Amino acid sequence: MNLTLKIWRQKDSKAKGQMVDYKVTDISEHMSFLEMMDVLNEQLVNTGEEPVAFDHDCREGICGMCSLYINGEAHGPDRGITTCQLHMRMFKDGDTITIEPWRAAAFPVIKDLIVDRMAFERIQQAGGFISVNTSGNTQDANSLPISKIAADEAMDAATCIGCGACVATCKNSSAMLFVGAKVSQYALLPQGQVEAPERVKNMVAQMDLEGFGNCTNTGACEVECPKGITLENIARMNRELMKANI
Amino acid sequence: MALDSKVPKGPIKDKWTDYKNNINLVNPANKRNIDIIVVGTGLAGGSAAATLAELGYNVKAFAYQDSPRRAHSIAAQGGINAAKNYQGDGDSNYRLFYDTVKGGDYRSREANVYRLAEVSGNIIDQCVAQGVPFARDYGGLLDNRSFGGVLVSRTFYAKGQTGQQLLLGAYSAMNRQIARGKIQMYNRHEMLDVVKIDGKARGIIARDLITGELERHSAHAVVIATGGYGNVYFLSTNAMGSNATAAWKIHKKGAYFANPCFTQIHPTCIPRSGDYQSKLTLMSESLRNDGRIWVPAKIEDAKAIQQGKLKPTDLAEEDRDYYLERRYPAFGNLVPRDVASRAAKERCDAGYGVNATGEAVYLDFASAIQRYGTEQAKIHNIKNPSEAKIYELGQAVVEAKYGNLFQMYEKIVDENPYKTPMMIYPATHYTMGGIWVDYNLMTTVEGLYCIGEANFSDHGANRLGASALMQGLADGYFVLPYTIGDYLSHDIRTGKIPTDTKEFDEVEKEVKDRIDFFINNKGTKSVDHFHKRLGKVMWDKVGMSRNAKDLTAAMAEIKAIREEFWKDVKVPGSANEMNVELEKAGRVADFLELGELFAKDALVREESCGGHFREESAELDGPQKGEAKRNDKDFAFVSAWEYKGEPADAVLHKEQLEFKDIELKQRSYK
Ligand SMILES: Cc1cc2nc3c(=O)[nH]c(=O)nc-3n(C[C@H](O)[C@H](O)[C@H](O)COP(=O)(O)OP(=O)(O)OC[C@H]3O[C@@H](n4cnc5c(N)ncnc54)[C@H](O)[C@@H]3O)c2cc1C
Ligand code: SF4
Ligand code: FES
Repeated sequence: MNLTLKIWRQKDSKAKGQMVDYKVTDISEHMSFLEMMDVLNEQLVNTGEEPVAFDHDCREGICGMCSLYINGEAHGPDRGITTCQLHMRMFKDGDTITIEPWRAAAFPVIKDLIVDRMAFERIQQAGGFISVNTSGNTQDANSLPISKIAADEAMDAATCIGCGACVATCKNSSAMLFVGAKVSQYALLPQGQVEAPERVKNMVAQMDLEGFGNCTNTGACEVECPKGITLENIARMNRELMKANI
Repeated sequence: MALDSKVPKGPIKDKWTDYKNNINLVNPANKRNIDIIVVGTGLAGGSAAATLAELGYNVKAFAYQDSPRRAHSIAAQGGINAAKNYQGDGDSNYRLFYDTVKGGDYRSREANVYRLAEVSGNIIDQCVAQGVPFARDYGGLLDNRSFGGVLVSRTFYAKGQTGQQLLLGAYSAMNRQIARGKIQMYNRHEMLDVVKIDGKARGIIARDLITGELERHSAHAVVIATGGYGNVYFLSTNAMGSNATAAWKIHKKGAYFANPCFTQIHPTCIPRSGDYQSKLTLMSESLRNDGRIWVPAKIEDAKAIQQGKLKPTDLAEEDRDYYLERRYPAFGNLVPRDVASRAAKERCDAGYGVNATGEAVYLDFASAIQRYGTEQAKIHNIKNPSEAKIYELGQAVVEAKYGNLFQMYEKIVDENPYKTPMMIYPATHYTMGGIWVDYNLMTTVEGLYCIGEANFSDHGANRLGASALMQGLADGYFVLPYTIGDYLSHDIRTGKIPTDTKEFDEVEKEVKDRIDFFINNKGTKSVDHFHKRLGKVMWDKVGMSRNAKDLTAAMAEIKAIREEFWKDVKVPGSANEMNVELEKAGRVADFLELGELFAKDALVREESCGGHFREESAELDGPQKGEAKRNDKDFAFVSAWEYKGEPADAVLHKEQLEFKDIELKQRSYK
């Protein structure tokens, strides 16, 4: 198929960006979206232009690097997947596709479609861990039985890949889904209980400091999240925070 | 230089304990004055950085991604081994040790592997304490699954995302230390060379990938944990950015490169679909617990399937060839990876492949769905369940086990694997070869360590499933923190290493010159153009099956591509900005050298062992006819290559392998 691409180009964090039009031809429906971008970039390199910079690495939906805002949707039109798992069969010949970076005050653009997600790092550093040293003398793993239900629920929360689609898609740029997922993982496990109050307070405080917006329960994040993180995680985080503040 | 593996004396069971009892320690106050650089934050680097910082050292960690959490370890799916014997099926440290040495086709160092088995249980304890949500059974205890090449169930897992959960565990431990200021994390930074002072590794030159600036970082020891070099094939299951640059750069500065030709071609990956393909996707080996591998038994059926005239579900049971079950009745679908990959290639080369390209075999879940469905119907007391009900119940069980993998498959291939068998084909996945290290995980350069997939140590000529995660975490959490302390105990009076010295000047200039060369070259072909050509030579001539003629040709071809690359590569943009093409150019330049050494190593090793299959060395008759033939008399050694300029001029050093605790045998999975 032949497509018109409207892509955000921005030289660096200080430059003013703009949308630029490109054409690509002979795109196979079996290609992934990023392979289509590779075709465009090869074309640009061959004509001596700078290729479009975008984040990606694993290309199998797990590293959380890829982060494109496609036709007004984080990770594009398909559901439950990341940008790198999106395939061209979702589009048709003659389509015009708009490609932008995540847009949020807390995620400044570094170049073209690449944004700076260090705010997420700092939130994790504020409390996204259990304080246990490596020693080789921790108790035997099976000395602490954990109900399968709790373990599975913790696992579901832990599958967040830290991509930031929830923030990009939220009209308030709220990071509650991301933070809620981490808080939930630990809140659901006995190992996480000891530090639970401090953890939720510190992580939420850091989140506010980073300039993410408030949650107004619109639920857009849940719809766009590639890993199916549910709103329940936000509710759990709010409960944890309330408990911690009593 | 003679190779000294520094394996401690004494019985294998006591070596590590005795070693730990006798090493020098660094007292806590002195640790505060010692800096360590850790390059790479995957399972190996992440766990090492966190542990070293907990111990009190000042750690500087580097990754090319925007967060340690995105290292390629995140993509590991299936699981991690540990000799816990929770299933009571006869597992033990010895058995894990034995399986790993045998699985590696007797080309690994016994003492290292035994230590790995010994600490494996601690890894699981540590991870659970960190909050890693491993799968559990209804009694609340940890669940296990089986992986290829073994007869026990010792693999711990977190759905199909084990690597992710383990890495997030190490990442959380790192975050705790970053918050305390004990780890300084350099994201989006690429190490471009190592700096040696008086023969010791004392620092690195790194490029800030956002600004393009070159930076000098000094330390008392440098740890390389930058992963494998599978991307030398262009197409592999590795991440797009996975590269050999750090390993290759230290090789050029004196670290020997061991067994480069030992590469794992994984049997269960999604087949390639077109020239535009940028990477290959793994379908976890855990699927072989429940999936059965087959091709049509009759060539005319295979042809009809290739032409789209027949569907796999049309074929009756007796018209299917479950070739692994047929050839290897004892291990069946769970033979080791090298064996499974070669068997798939053998069937496809014979014309029995099942997609348009003829390069695919089926991985079928129909019997598993049937079996689980029947079992569930019994459990739920459903009398005379309909076929549809059994299917529904069975599908739910399979979905709970492998749901994310099935979804991934469906998104890529656009077919529902619950209804029609998956198509799979082997792809480059893992590199057993890597930087040579001694028992202390130190390279042939003093103060320079190498851990995780980047080193060669534990997997011999073939790695068993779920053992890479184990090795990465063993190295980082439980081995390196001891061995590096012994070395650093001599450095407590050294003081900070200055970076305004001629050694740093020189290396920085080398790095800068190379970058400027790329920017100014103004050739006509993109970096990817060369990378793809290299990949094709590697796959065609240095792939699953190798012979002297092709290997000799490959060396010449790779050299020619390399020379053309240096003349004609085109890198747009400038050096002082984020420049993705420039990053790729540096990596491909290194692959173009490594690829040639790889072929040379394969040429010299005139035996078949593990993932390295030399057509000249196969069993000609008897029950093992057609299987790989190892030659212990002449090749029971590690090849460690010393850099001498051109890859073809590299000098071979041999570390002779001794097997005292395991008898050398022909591997049989029949
Ligand atoms: C798809 C897939 C599935 C797998 N599944 C399993 C499994 O189920 N079980 C199992 O045991 N093994 C599995 N493996 C293998 C295993 O995941 C890897 O061998 C292991 O994770 C490697 O870990 P590592 O820490 O050595 O390196 P990596 O995780 O690859 O980390 C490399 C690090 O080095 C950094 N880096 C690289 N170059 C530079 C540079 N020049 N400068 C700065 N930083 C650099 C990167 O940023 C990254 O942080 C799988 C592998 C793949 C590809
Ligand atoms: S919650 Fe979902 S959308 Fe948000 S960062 Fe995690 S995976 Fe991405
Ligand atoms: S590139 Fe890793 S999730 Fe998309």
